[in-house]
Amino acid sequence: MIQPRQLQLDEHGRLRHLLTLDGLSREHLIAILDTAESFMGVTRREVKKVPLLRGKTVVNLFFEASTRTRTTFELAAKRLSADVLSLSIEHSSTSKGETLLDTLRNLEAMQVDVFVVRHALSGAAHFVAQHCEPEVAVLNAGDGRHAHPTQALLDVFTIRRHKPSFGELRAVIVGDILHSRVARSQIHALNTLGCAEVRVVAPRTLLPVGVEQLGVKVYTDLVRGLRDADVVIMLRLQHERMQGALLPTEHEFYRCFGLTEERLALARPDALVMHPGPINRGVEISSAVADGSQSVILEQVTNGIAVRMAVMAMVVGAQAQASRGAH
Amino acid sequence: MIDPAHGVDRQADLYVADGRIVALGQAPSDFREELEIDASGKLVCPGLVDLCARLREPGAEHKADIASETRAAVSAGITTLCMPPDTDPAIDEPAVVELIRTRNAAAGSLCRIVTVGALTRGLEGTLLSEMATLREAGCVAVGNALRPIENTLVLRRALEYAATYDLTVFMTPRDPWLYQGGCVHEGAVATRLGLPGIPAAAETAALARDLALVEEVGVRAHFGRISTARGVELLRGAVASGLQVTADTAAHQLHLCEEAVAGFDSDCRVDPPLRTAADRAALCSAVREGTLSALCSDHQPHDADAKEQPFCATEPGISGLETLLPLTLALARRGELSLMVAIERLTAGPARVLGLDLGHLGIGAAADLCVVDVDSSYRLDGERMLSRGRNSPFKGATLQGRVEWTLLEGRVVHAPKP
Amino acid sequence: MSTFADVDQIMADTAERLRELLSARGLSQPALIGIRTGGLWVAERLARALALTTPVGELDVSFYRDDFGRAGMKPQVSPSSLPFEVQDRSIVLVDDVLHTGRTVRAALNEIFDYGRPASVLLVALVDRGGRELPICADVIGVRLALPAGQQLKLQGPEPLRLVVLGG
Repeated sequence: MIQPRQLQLDEHGRLRHLLTLDGLSREHLIAILDTAESFMGVTRREVKKVPLLRGKTVVNLFFEASTRTRTTFELAAKRLSADVLSLSIEHSSTSKGETLLDTLRNLEAMQVDVFVVRHALSGAAHFVAQHCEPEVAVLNAGDGRHAHPTQALLDVFTIRRHKPSFGELRAVIVGDILHSRVARSQIHALNTLGCAEVRVVAPRTLLPVGVEQLGVKVYTDLVRGLRDADVVIMLRLQHERMQGALLPTEHEFYRCFGLTEERLALARPDALVMHPGPINRGVEISSAVADGSQSVILEQVTNGIAVRMAVMAMVVGAQAQASRGAH
Repeated sequence: MIDPAHGVDRQADLYVADGRIVALGQAPSDFREELEIDASGKLVCPGLVDLCARLREPGAEHKADIASETRAAVSAGITTLCMPPDTDPAIDEPAVVELIRTRNAAAGSLCRIVTVGALTRGLEGTLLSEMATLREAGCVAVGNALRPIENTLVLRRALEYAATYDLTVFMTPRDPWLYQGGCVHEGAVATRLGLPGIPAAAETAALARDLALVEEVGVRAHFGRISTARGVELLRGAVASGLQVTADTAAHQLHLCEEAVAGFDSDCRVDPPLRTAADRAALCSAVREGTLSALCSDHQPHDADAKEQPFCATEPGISGLETLLPLTLALARRGELSLMVAIERLTAGPARVLGLDLGHLGIGAAADLCVVDVDSSYRLDGERMLSRGRNSPFKGATLQGRVEWTLLEGRVVHAPKP
Repeated sequence: MSTFADVDQIMADTAERLRELLSARGLSQPALIGIRTGGLWVAERLARALALTTPVGELDVSFYRDDFGRAGMKPQVSPSSLPFEVQDRSIVLVDDVLHTGRTVRAALNEIFDYGRPASVLLVALVDRGGRELPICADVIGVRLALPAGQQLKLQGPEPLRLVVLGG
């Protein structure tokens, strides 16, 4: 019974997998953010690559469709000079009944160094990390509702570039917290970095039971939840939520929980507007706000590549050190 | 020697002849000894009666079979196994009861197997099964296993029909809609791990409905695998109102809580799920006071594939035969139950639920008994488990209480290695 | 640990030799790039001594080192910053201590990922020998021989001191 947070650190405390932000220390997070910062300049050069992962093979194992996350991981790997293989498994053998374990074994025969895993079931990345060869690093690109660590990391990276001191920030996450792996990872990241207050805002049906135990203040009223906020993170609302009797209509959701200019005015004047994307205009956020001056949504996307480069380089480095018995 | 049914807790010699207990303390005059078992320093108690064990035969022989599981059962001191009707085909015809009997005989009849017949045809929940015929064929009770009967009118009629033949109805209270998609208790761990949860109301809403019908119909009912504190309260109230209601819980529910799942350990995925510490404490009190009159293994052996998946894709269930006794003895050691009560909940208690003259060592009783070295400590080694299902969260744990001898109707069915 | 006196003198000598070399090559406004951190301090002083107008570039060669497989990611990496076009430029690469030559190899690889320079000259404040690659400096402040186990480090930024560690 190994917890994911223990599985991702080797006995020297180095990050050998990135499965969840739950249990990572502030030092770990800062190291990732600092490393990402150093990769930011690479994109502005003539040769947009560094040779760090040359000769390494990175496999994107995407059991859930996602063009944007997959492309940013591919770009990140390529910018590190790694060889990349992208597998969209919904279309291949597992849909014919091959187990996740069998898929893994078949791929390992190809001498993979890094698996980037996205899966519809919580705990899938942890499962892969438990069952793959010890020298292989696993990056969680999103597992069910559990975690999306690189998304949360690029979010706090973006916040840090605008507001360097987390200790004074009030961050608010609005939307479908219940089904959101992004929200869970963000909550861990913001709390670990010492945020003054982390709030979640949603109707009761979209709040997980006992969510306050994750270290958040719970609001079901957006007006009260946004007051004096420094960072507002809007989550995507999936269309299926209407079908599952969780919400009546998108219309009512927008009326009560949508981020309009009027609502945004309740937050601090220099509050950041963020969204993990893709955005649903007129459902969780108005176009005016999404395209407005306080929005850093596009910046989040750019930052995602540097953050993923950082994480990839760190775990490969840790695995390499471990296999040489280095301290 | 401990015989809770008769309040016996003393050191004494026990005499067995022709498959029955014939004397306690003093040998009968015509007693000709064929085998002497030295049980000094050990515990002798009635063979355990397990109210719920899935042997996977017929229908799921890739997971386990009657031969392997009865062998595992008797090695763990269990002499009577009660099978729920959800085999494949379901136990809704005498032919299936006969098939199980035949297979057990072919495997050497190491263990007594009793069956719960289906309450509805094919367990579908719409048509009644031939309960009278099933009773004649040997079923000790009727039930619908884990399949819900959503139509309340059908359920009421099924209860009435069962009552006609004085059959006990085994029920597992589960609201299918609140259960849907869930794989852990809906609480702090589910929230942290992002796993779909099963709220306590999934049990209590169904239990309240079932109790209302049981009260009106006046049928004898046994509720299996209770997991919530609130569920215990409802049962307590029912008993106090004079309903003929009994209930059990699985031994693992008294040892593990939702935190056990924190590492996505699929061996901890069970149905009903592991709940909170408060629920666990309430279950323990209920076992102590008798509202829960039996502890069972809820044995569900699985093949490796069933458990080696991301958590939500795994099949629920623990391979529990080999830990039933040590887990229960641990409760006694911790002072949560007296040893007498602990043994009672494994023997006389479940026997009473089945309405069978078993689980005790009275004169004339069937000589089902086991000899246990309660102080013997050992590590549960997954590779050496006798059950074909190695899916147990207690693998690698140190357990105390090893069964040395097991007798079924006076026959030695388990003996220590020479 | 022992300290070498008069880094200022070595620095002055280096500046003078560089001035002569630049003059001989006809290079009036080269771009200086210092390898972090010691090389950067040296480069900044050289730029001041030679009154160069182009701002000094900083190179952090962490992503180009050949020991990633053994040493892993360095924890403190700050981004390299070259505030000028590398393409067709005359570059002066500056490091504090030239030893195995691997750092310079990494620095050259990194510079070429920014563009194709017209030329690269190497300045080292100290050449301590022990080369493992065919690399040599065009301008050397001082040659020092040290046993293999000892490390020579430039401490700074103010005052600059050369210290020997280990051994």
